[in-house]
Amino acid sequence: MTVLRVEDLVHIYRGGVRAVDGVSLTIERGERVALVGQNGSGKTTLVRHLNGLLRPTAGRVWLDGQEAAGLSVARLSAMVGLAFQDPDQQIFAGTVRAEVEFGPRNLGLRNIELNETVAEALDAVGLADAAKANPYDLGSARRKLLALASVLAMRTPVLVLDEPTTGQDLAGVTTVRRVVTEAAAEGRTVIAISHDMEFVADTFERVIVMRAGRVVLDGTPASVFGHASWEELQSSYLDPPLAAKLGAQLGLGDTPTDDALLTALAGAGGA
Amino acid sequence: MLTLDRISYRYAGARVAALLDVSLTLGPGEVVGLLGASESGKTTLCLVAAGLAPRTVGGTLRGRLLLEGEDTAGLPIHSLVDRVGMAFSSPATQLTGVAYTVYEEVAFGPMNLGVPRSEVIARTGAALEALRIEALAERDPARLSGGQQQLVGIAGLLALGPAHLVLDEPTAQLDPTGTRMVADALERLAANGASILIAEQKTDLVAELCSRVVVLGGGRLVRQGATAEVLDDPALAALGVAPPARSRLGQALATRGISSNLAERLRSALATGAR
Repeated sequence: MTVLRVEDLVHIYRGGVRAVDGVSLTIERGERVALVGQNGSGKTTLVRHLNGLLRPTAGRVWLDGQEAAGLSVARLSAMVGLAFQDPDQQIFAGTVRAEVEFGPRNLGLRNIELNETVAEALDAVGLADAAKANPYDLGSARRKLLALASVLAMRTPVLVLDEPTTGQDLAGVTTVRRVVTEAAAEGRTVIAISHDMEFVADTFERVIVMRAGRVVLDGTPASVFGHASWEELQSSYLDPPLAAKLGAQLGLGDTPTDDALLTALAGAGGA
Repeated sequence: MLTLDRISYRYAGARVAALLDVSLTLGPGEVVGLLGASESGKTTLCLVAAGLAPRTVGGTLRGRLLLEGEDTAGLPIHSLVDRVGMAFSSPATQLTGVAYTVYEEVAFGPMNLGVPRSEVIARTGAALEALRIEALAERDPARLSGGQQQLVGIAGLLALGPAHLVLDEPTAQLDPTGTRMVADALERLAANGASILIAEQKTDLVAELCSRVVVLGGGRLVRQGATAEVLDDPALAALGVAPPARSRLGQALATRGISSNLAERLRSALATGAR
């Protein structure tokens, strides 16, 4: 089932910068989609159209079959949750719990339902123990996880995560990966912007590459990071994961992840 | 040369110290990677090394910060800005917020130091060029992407011409090309004798840029050594640090015990520093 459709989207900022220049996309329910590309290629501008933070200069966006232009920001924010690149653009409450509670409370949740939603979101990002803390007593990595929890608690059918792994340590990246996988398993659509190609290859089933406001590659990690795409990736100033490069070098085909590489290696007469 | 001598630091009102007895010397031209799990004290150590803690954030410091062997205790913040520069991980913290164009933003630091106009122009041009963002010169910093803002922040730092640099995840929001630009700029500065401390989660970058790394755990220095030696150590993950792709693949290959000609070729590709 299609949850999101973007048709010939163009966004020109005041001052004339053409940040999105004719993007068309269809994204399905439960899909895990990574959006990659050079700084300034239009990734953030694109996703900000999905919850009404930006309105198109031209083109159209549909959510669940309804045109976004006809939906209020309140309605859109119940459909699409957006976790910002910089959590400090998002955090404002005095405690971790209050921060996470704000969204679902505004959606009308109360009492047990609200408590359960908040507890579940805090638990998902490993912040259950920090519920009473002031967000600004947390380090930047945990503040970023808090912003993620706040968006999770909205239980929106679509989650958009802008560079969710930046600044995360090993455990943090593992948490983000689990959150993405679990949300998609529940039927939620996850769209993440990332520069971390290994996280992308490991966690997402579809990779969309943007360059200068346009989509230049769109496919599975194996195809987008596969040998046939390298020239295009290079023109987009991107580098495939090490495993993909080594797989090609050893003639093992398209191996976007460590696991794919080692499995191919074992299959090719190892073990 | 930048020296931290038995540094302990506690934020105002905090029950526990953020740093405990950390000593570290960065020689001239040395680039040192600062690793550790979240909240292990990396950002705090950066603030102390840049002379910003306790000067601007309060708290209690024990131990000494020395620049070229001179104790900086009691020196005012403005006397430190061109001696040690700090890049924050968030461009929102780094940028002045008062400049209307990227050019003005980058020129802001040297202008405030009273650097002669012709020199400000030369430095600004050189900083924009070093990070290949000349094309952004007339843009409004507030309307750039996160990664572009991060590059502008670092350009502003380069224009100050600090003798030493402390960088807290300077490439967090950058694409691989932007990361490469920053790495090149840092390598040039180090070649000119700057001591550079760089806190990073991206160990692939650290492997490329740093000759030596230190690892923090719970505010203490728990590991240090030559970059390759520390990054290849399987115990690194227990300290919350993700190994670089090359080390991780090597370890996984060893764990799975695959032996074949191809596995040997992979092993040697990893050993020769495949990227």
